[in-house]
Amino acid sequence: MDIRSQISMVFHLDKCIGCHTCSIACKNIWTDRKGTEYMWWNNVETKPGTGFPTRWEDQEKYKGGWELVNGELKLKSTSKVKTVTNIFHNPNMPTMDDYYEPWSYKYKDLFDAPAGDDQPTAKPISMVTGEYMDIEAGPNWDDDLSGSPIYAENDINLDVLSEEQRDQLFAIERLMMFYFPRICNHCMNPSCVASCPSGALYKRGEDGIVLIDQKRCRAWRKCIAACPYKKTYYNWNTGKSEKCILCFPRVETGQAPACFHSCVGRIRYLGVLLYDADRIEETAKHPDHELVDAQREMILDPFNENVIREAKKNGIADSTIKAAQESPVYKFVKDWGIALPPHVEYRTLPMLFYVPPMLPVMSSQEGDSVRSINEEYFPDFEKARTPIKYLAKMFGGGNESHLRYVLKKQSAIRAYRRAVTVGDIDMLDAEKALIEADCTPQEADKIYKLTSLCTFDDRFVIPAAHREEAIEMMKDPLEHKQEAGFGFRDAPARGR
Amino acid sequence: MDSYKNILDTFFFSMFPYIIIFTFLLVTIQRYRAKAYTFSSLSSQFLENKQHFWAMIPFHYGIIAVLAAHFVWFLVPDTVLWWNRVPARLYVMEIAMFIFGLMTLIGLINIIIRRQTNSMAKVVTSKADWWVLGFLTIQVVTGLYIAYFYRWGSSWFAASLTPYLWSVIKLSPDLTYISAMPFMVKAHIVSAYSIILLFPFTRLVHALVVPNPYLWRKPQVVRWYWNRKKIRSSKNL
Repeated sequence: MDIRSQISMVFHLDKCIGCHTCSIACKNIWTDRKGTEYMWWNNVETKPGTGFPTRWEDQEKYKGGWELVNGELKLKSTSKVKTVTNIFHNPNMPTMDDYYEPWSYKYKDLFDAPAGDDQPTAKPISMVTGEYMDIEAGPNWDDDLSGSPIYAENDINLDVLSEEQRDQLFAIERLMMFYFPRICNHCMNPSCVASCPSGALYKRGEDGIVLIDQKRCRAWRKCIAACPYKKTYYNWNTGKSEKCILCFPRVETGQAPACFHSCVGRIRYLGVLLYDADRIEETAKHPDHELVDAQREMILDPFNENVIREAKKNGIADSTIKAAQESPVYKFVKDWGIALPPHVEYRTLPMLFYVPPMLPVMSSQEGDSVRSINEEYFPDFEKARTPIKYLAKMFGGGNESHLRYVLKKQSAIRAYRRAVTVGDIDMLDAEKALIEADCTPQEADKIYKLTSLCTFDDRFVIPAAHREEAIEMMKDPLEHKQEAGFGFRDAPARGR
Repeated sequence: MDSYKNILDTFFFSMFPYIIIFTFLLVTIQRYRAKAYTFSSLSSQFLENKQHFWAMIPFHYGIIAVLAAHFVWFLVPDTVLWWNRVPARLYVMEIAMFIFGLMTLIGLINIIIRRQTNSMAKVVTSKADWWVLGFLTIQVVTGLYIAYFYRWGSSWFAASLTPYLWSVIKLSPDLTYISAMPFMVKAHIVSAYSIILLFPFTRLVHALVVPNPYLWRKPQVVRWYWNRKKIRSSKNL
C-alpha cells in the first residue's frame, strides 16, 4: 500500500448558473499574458454542445487519454517510438483554429474618428498578429446554444443516442441544456504527464496537483494532444505549455483556488482524498462500465485505522489526515456516491467529480403539481428529457446504473425535504422513497445541508501545506534573505 | 595575395574552430544553468499546421540523415573507404545522401516561405531565426554543390577532411589538405563552424536537449518537495 493524498474537487452541476465568474477570476489572475490570451484554464460549456476547444471529446481526432490494447494501458496519441518519429510535427495536435483567435478592439478609433453622421466603431484586431480580423469563434461561442444544428448537434456524446432520441432532444418543447464547468482534473493517471518527452510534467507528491516545469518544457507539444480534456495549453509566445495549477500558491496558504472562491452558485467543493498509488494501473485497466466503481474502490476510508497507520508511515501529516476525514469530496464521492468522474473511459482517473444535473431530468414532469411521490417523484428515467444514456456517456463510462442511482437519490431527497418544509407530501412516503434510493433521513439531511446551506468552510477543507518544513528539508530558508525572492526570477520572454 | 590567403586559412581553419568551441561550451553551459527557461524548440505548429508539415518533416529528417553521414565519415573513415571500393555501394550512398540533402533544402525553402507568408508564423519569427535560416541555407546549398561537382565527397572527406578534423581535436591543426581545397568546400566548413557558434545564441539549443530519458522512464512522474518518510520527525531537526 502506497498511500498518497490528493486535493480533489466536486462540482455540483445542478447549482451551476453558467455565469462564467470562475473563468473570469482565473483569466484575470493567470492567463492575461501574451501568448495565453486564448487559454481558459477554467471554462464553462453548454451541454449538449461542442465545447472548448471544439469537439474536444472526439478522441478519434485528438487521440487524448489512454486505451486498453490487449490488456495493456497505452497512450492513444503516442508511444515511445511515435514520440521520436512525430517530434517534428505532431499529427494530432489541435491548433489555434480549434480554439479561437484571440482579439481585442481598436478602441482608439472611438476617440480619434473625425466628426461625422455615424457613430465610430472599434474594429476587432487579432491579439496574435495585431491586424484587423473577422471574429469567427470565441471561447464560449456556443454558450446557451443547445438545440443549435451547428453546435449542440455536433456534441459527440449524442452519438450514443438513437435517431429518435436525438430528434426528440432537438424538438423545441423538449430542448434541454445544462452547464459544464471544467478545469484540469489533476488526474491520478495523467496522460499528459505520461506523454511528456522531457519529463517536464509532473504530479506533486504531497497534494497531487499536476504541474508543468517551465524550465524543462521544450515545446515538444505531446501533452496538448495527450490530455483528453484538452486542459494543457500551448503558449505560442514563450514556446512552453501551460495549464491549470489549481492556484497552488493559494492552496498552500489555505485559500481556495480563485475559481472556487469566486463561484457564485457555490457549486464547487475542494477537499483531500487518500488513495492507494499502487493500484493506479490495475484500476485504470478495468472495462469502461466498471471504471467508476474501480476508481471509488481506490479511494480509501480516512477513518480506517489501517489506512491512517499506512498514511502516517508515508509521511502524510496529521493535519492532512484530519482534512481527509472532513473532506466534502469524500462525502460526495464515497459516502453518498452521488459525484461521478467525467469521461472516466479516458482512463486518466480524473480527481474532479461532478454531481450530475437533475433539473432538466425532472422538468419533464412539468405542469403537474406534486401529489403522489411514488411514480411521479421517480420519473421514468427512460422517458426523461435528458436521456440517461447521454449523461451516462459523460459521467458513467457508459454505465447507466450510476446515473440512475444518483438521480434517484437526489429526487428522493427533494421529496423528503418537501415533506419536511412544505408538508404536502406524506413523510412516510418520503422516507419510503429515501430507502428505495439507498438513503436515510440522516444522510438526506447531510446532503441537503452540504448542497444548500454550505458555508465557505464546509465547501473548502484545505490541509496545511507544511511548506515551511518542506523548505527546511531542501535548503536553508535564510539563503535568499533580503533578495527578490526564491527560485525562478526571470521575466518569461520568448527564447531569451 | 598568397600570404593574404594564408592568413585567412590560418584564421578560419586553425583559430576559428577553437573560438567557436570555447564560446559554444561556455555560453551553452551558462545559458542552461542560468536561463534554462529559454531552452525550447519554440514550435509554431500551434499557429499554422499545414505548411508546418511540409517544412519540418523534410528538413529534420534530411538534416539528421546528412549529419549522421558526416559523423560516420568522420568517425570511421577506413570503413567508408572500404565501402566505397565497390562503385555500386558508393553510388547508393552518394545518391541517398544527395536526396537527403535535397530534402533538407526543400524543407528550408518551405520554412522560409512559411515564415514569410503566414501572418501568424511571421509574428513568432525573430531576427535570430533569420540568422539560423540564412546560415543553414548557405550550408545546405554549398553541401549540395560540393556533392554534385566534386565527386565523390564521401571518399575524399574520409581521406582528407577527417585527418584535418582530428588534427583540430588534437590541438595541432594541420592545414595541409585544407589549403588546397576549392572555395566551396572552405565555405562549407566555415559555415558549419558558424552554425555551431549560433547554437547557444538561438533556438538551435533545442537540438541539445532532445528528450532521451523519455525512452527509459516510467510513464508517471511524481515530484516530492519533502522526504516523505522523514518529514514526520522534522521537528527534531
